[in-house]
This record gives sequence, structure tokens and C-alpha cells, in this order.
Amino acid sequence: MLIDWFTVGAQAVNFLILVWLLRRFLYQPILRAIDAREERVAAELADATAKQADAEKARAEFEAKNEALDQAKAGVLAQATSEAQAERERLLEEARQTANAVGARRQKALEEEAKSLRTTLEESTRKEVFEVVRKTLTDLASTSLEDRMVETFLARLKTADDKTLQSLQQLGAADPASALIRSAFELSPDQRQRIEPAVQSALNTQTSLQWETAPQLVSGIELVVGGHKLGWNIADYLATMQRHLGEVVDPAGQVPSP
Amino acid sequence: MDLSPDQWIFWQSGPIKLNATIAFTWGLMALLTIGSMLVTRRLSTGLTRSRWQNTLEIVVLTLVEQIGNVGLPGPRKYLDFLGTLFLFIAAAALATILPGYQPPTGSLSTTAALALCVLVAVPLFGIEEKGWRGYLRTYIEPTVIMLPFNLISEASRTMALAIRLFGNMMSGAMILGILLSITPFVFPIVMTLLGLLTGMVQAYIFTILAAVYIAAATRNRARKPEPEPAA
Repeated sequence: MLIDWFTVGAQAVNFLILVWLLRRFLYQPILRAIDAREERVAAELADATAKQADAEKARAEFEAKNEALDQAKAGVLAQATSEAQAERERLLEEARQTANAVGARRQKALEEEAKSLRTTLEESTRKEVFEVVRKTLTDLASTSLEDRMVETFLARLKTADDKTLQSLQQLGAADPASALIRSAFELSPDQRQRIEPAVQSALNTQTSLQWETAPQLVSGIELVVGGHKLGWNIADYLATMQRHLGEVVDPAGQVPSP
Repeated sequence: MDLSPDQWIFWQSGPIKLNATIAFTWGLMALLTIGSMLVTRRLSTGLTRSRWQNTLEIVVLTLVEQIGNVGLPGPRKYLDFLGTLFLFIAAAALATILPGYQPPTGSLSTTAALALCVLVAVPLFGIEEKGWRGYLRTYIEPTVIMLPFNLISEASRTMALAIRLFGNMMSGAMILGILLSITPFVFPIVMTLLGLLTGMVQAYIFTILAAVYIAAATRNRARKPEPEPAA
């Protein structure tokens, strides 16, 4: 008999027991371990993927920031360059203006100096000339010259226009004692004799004249009545000449004092 | 010479007896269980693991993959039954290298018990998957006329399972025994190697056939006749 039914039953039971034993001690633990490992690997892979994504994001962010920084840097550099250029232009302009101003001032100062020098020179020249003329005339003043002067004065008195004579007469009438003959030299009695009647007739008065010597007239005689003056002297000529010279030197018409 | 380890009886009390088949089966059970316990006692879920754990993982994953390749959806559900079939038959064959050992699968009682288990398991899985009515309807498809033929098919394939395994395992042990008495040296070793290969092939065939039967029973479409592979 090849089949022993008791053994068949026993083997079936044994097999079922073995199924349970292997399930308990082999399949379940092994499969659990494999699943756990796979979960862990999957989790680690997911983690790595997430980290990679994070890193990618951070990298993109960093690059964007770098780009922005570069742009900002270029902008700042360009701005600084343009500002420096503008500052340079401004400084150059300022320096140019300052140089121009200094040059102009210097030019003006030079001109002023030249002018002042010229004026001084002219003035001294003029003074010298006047001095020489005055000295010459003073030296030349003599009796004959004085006589000529008296005659010249008398001739002037005669040829004086009516208007002048009229105003002199009015002034002489208002204050007869004020009539004054001023001369550069002491008049001789003879000369006084000749002058007095002529003046008295001109002023239409009998009042005696007062006499005064004034060397600053250089050479000449003048009649002064109440502030009005008629006469002839070289000082007047010199003054006129001096005025003309001053006008030539200074077109503004200011007469520098000799 | 004994034709079956059933006849090597250690102890008997009436119908209850302890023969070599049962004893060696217990030995194999103890070997498999204790080996598994030793390895799975300290399992690593990390990236580094012991080589024994690695070996068992390869074995278990290969079984799951093979069951899946047969066409069973959710192969882990059938791993307990089919995996144990393979491991037991393979262990019984591999243990033939031990002197004095006789494979329990060389006993028709054992192979019949395994075939009966398959015979019972197939409808159970089928009913679980499709329900009573759905499973029973497969016996009258495509027509009611096919009912007896389907029943005959069930019985005959179970017998075929049992006898195929028995024949191969018994013949291996028999040839070894005969050769040992004729040429005691070298040649029996070659035959032992051949026997190991045959045993592994038989374990594979038995398991795959059981998986195919279960797949056919749990498949939702009309059952197609499976070609019976020649052993």
C-alpha cells in the first residue's frame, strides 16, 4: 500500500502548521522589513528631491540677487561717473572763471597803475611848466612891465562891455567902500593916479579906492567890487591853460589840482 | 528495500504511528522554522543588513515575483501557502545530501497530502475572491454539460500533482539506492547532484501549478482550460 491515510492526514496537518510557522517567522518579518526599508528609501528620496528643489530655488534666488546687485553696481558706477564728470566740468568752469576774473582784475590794476602813473607824470610836468612860466614872469616883472600892466588893465576897463560895467556900478553904489584894486606888485603913486580916475569914472563914483598887494596874481591888476571882479593877470591865463590841459588828460572833465 | 519512508516505522500504537516520513517532516519543519527565527530575530530596516537576511529577502521576493508572474493579483496574499509549498519541497529535496535521510516527498502519502491541500485551497481562494455563486458557476461554464468534465479535471489534476512529485522524488531516492549497491563510489555523487536539480525543478513545478490553479479559480472571466504541463 503506497498511501498510508494516517500519514496523509498527519502530513496535511504538518504542512498547515508549517504554513503558519513560516508565515509567523519568515514571510511577515521579512516583508515588513522590506516594506520599512522601501518606505525609508522613498522618504529619503523624497527628502532629497525636496532638498534639491530647495537648493535649486535658493540658487535661482541667489542668481537673481546677484543679477540685481550687478545692475545696481553698474547703475551706481554710472551715476558716480556722470556726477564726477559734472563735478569736473563745474570745477573747470569755476577755475576758468576765477582765472578770467583774476586776469581781468590784474588787467584793470595794470591799467589803473598806468593811468595813475600817466596822470602823476602829466601833473608833475604841468606843475613844472607852470612853475617855470610863473618864475619867468615873476623874474621879468619890472617897472616897465608893471606899467604895461597898468595900461592893459586900463584898456580893459575901457573896453569892458556895458553889462559888466553896469553890474560893477550897481555893486559900487550899494557899497562904495568895497571897491578894491588888487595887484601883484606895489603900485607907484603915479600908477595909482592914473588908475583911480579911470576906475572912478567907470564906476561912476567919487569914493576913494582901497589898495592891496597879492603876489599870487603873478603879474596883473584886478578890480574887485562887492565880490565882482574885473582885471587882467597871468594867473587867470595859467588857470585857463591848466583847465585845458586837465581836459586833455582826463576826458571826464575833472580838473586835477596842480 | 523500502519503496516509501512510510514503511520505516519508529513507533506504532494502533492506527497512530510515527514513521520516517513524519519524523523527517518534523525535522525539516524544525530546520526551516528555527533557521527563519534565527535570521528574522534581528532584522535590519536600514540599508545595511546581514547576508542571511539578504538571502531570505531574495528568496521571499523571488517567490512573490514568481507568483505575480503567474497572473495572480496581490501575490503576497498567496505567499503563505504557495511559498511554504515550494520551501518545503525544495528543503526536502536539498536535504538528500545528508546521509541516512529519506525525503518525505518520496512518500506518496506526503505528496497526496500536499495535493489534497491544493485541492482544498483552490476552491477556498476562489470563493474568497468571487463568492460562492461566482466560484460554483465556473464548474458549469461554458455549459452545464461541462460540469462532470470540470469535476474530473479537478480530481485528475490533483492526482497528477501528487503522483508527479512522488514519482520524481521516489525515483531519485531509488536510483541512488540502487547505484549505491552497484557502484559505491563517484557515480552516486553525480546522481545526487542530478537529484538535487530534479528536486528543485519539482518544487518549482508543484508550486507554479498550484498557483496556476488558484489563478484560474480566482480569475473573473470565463475559465480557460490550462494546458497540463508534462513533467
